[in-house]
Amino acid sequence: MQTDIILKREDINGVSVIHVGGYLDAHTATKFESLILELTNAERYKLILNFKELDYISSAGLGVIMGNIEEIRNHDGDIKLSDMGEKIYRVFDLVGFPSLYDIFDTQKEAETAFESKS
Amino acid sequence: MSNKDFILKIPTRSTNLKIIRDFIMDVSDKAGFENEACCDIALAVDEGCTNVIKHAYRGGDGKDIIINVKYDKEKITIIISDTGKGFDSEVYETLDLEEYLIKLEKGGLGIHIMKNTMDEIDFRKEKDNINSVHMIKFLPQESAD
Repeated sequence: MQTDIILKREDINGVSVIHVGGYLDAHTATKFESLILELTNAERYKLILNFKELDYISSAGLGVIMGNIEEIRNHDGDIKLSDMGEKIYRVFDLVGFPSLYDIFDTQKEAETAFESKS
Repeated sequence: MSNKDFILKIPTRSTNLKIIRDFIMDVSDKAGFENEACCDIALAVDEGCTNVIKHAYRGGDGKDIIINVKYDKEKITIIISDTGKGFDSEVYETLDLEEYLIKLEKGGLGIHIMKNTMDEIDFRKEKDNINSVHMIKFLPQESAD
């Protein structure tokens, strides 16, 4: 039975896209956080989380985003979110994330938002 | 026990969260909830179990989580409990369980989710230092007209 997360990193100029698939819960959140830390340690602070293949998220996953956003924004970066299915959006909405994070329908729109800011 | 009562006893390991969610999805569906509500209930139970795994046991080797589920025409009731001493009793004595969990979990996101997906949530400390979370969600009632 698949209980895991699938993480793929793609660098597009100064922006790093993490394609997050599968299940993001307390079991897999550490893997997700390790990848974010790898990026911030390499001073890559412009991140897009593409949730197209994400089936599930709990507070453990939300906590990773919340726990890293301050440092990222302090370095003039951001975490932008894209391609979120209805089920995933519902969880973000429950905790009030839509007012705290930029959420885009497509990854391209998130990339454009970074371009227009730089 | 009737055919509407279910018990899952499972080792407190985060790798089991998916099994727990699938179990809750199936029983919620059987109880008559729409898919969106089934997802909400499974999420709430995941959050409750995550608290047990992460905070109560600090790892949890050799311990179990017990999840009791029952439903009737009106509601589904879920009780998540642990099987032994786990919470830091010194801290725990001075706080209620909910406060304690919020203190340990940044911002209390999981508890916020549990409260917003279920109709009733009650954190209890049973005898012998066993902790439990009781949750209820009501089925939408068809209008009379």
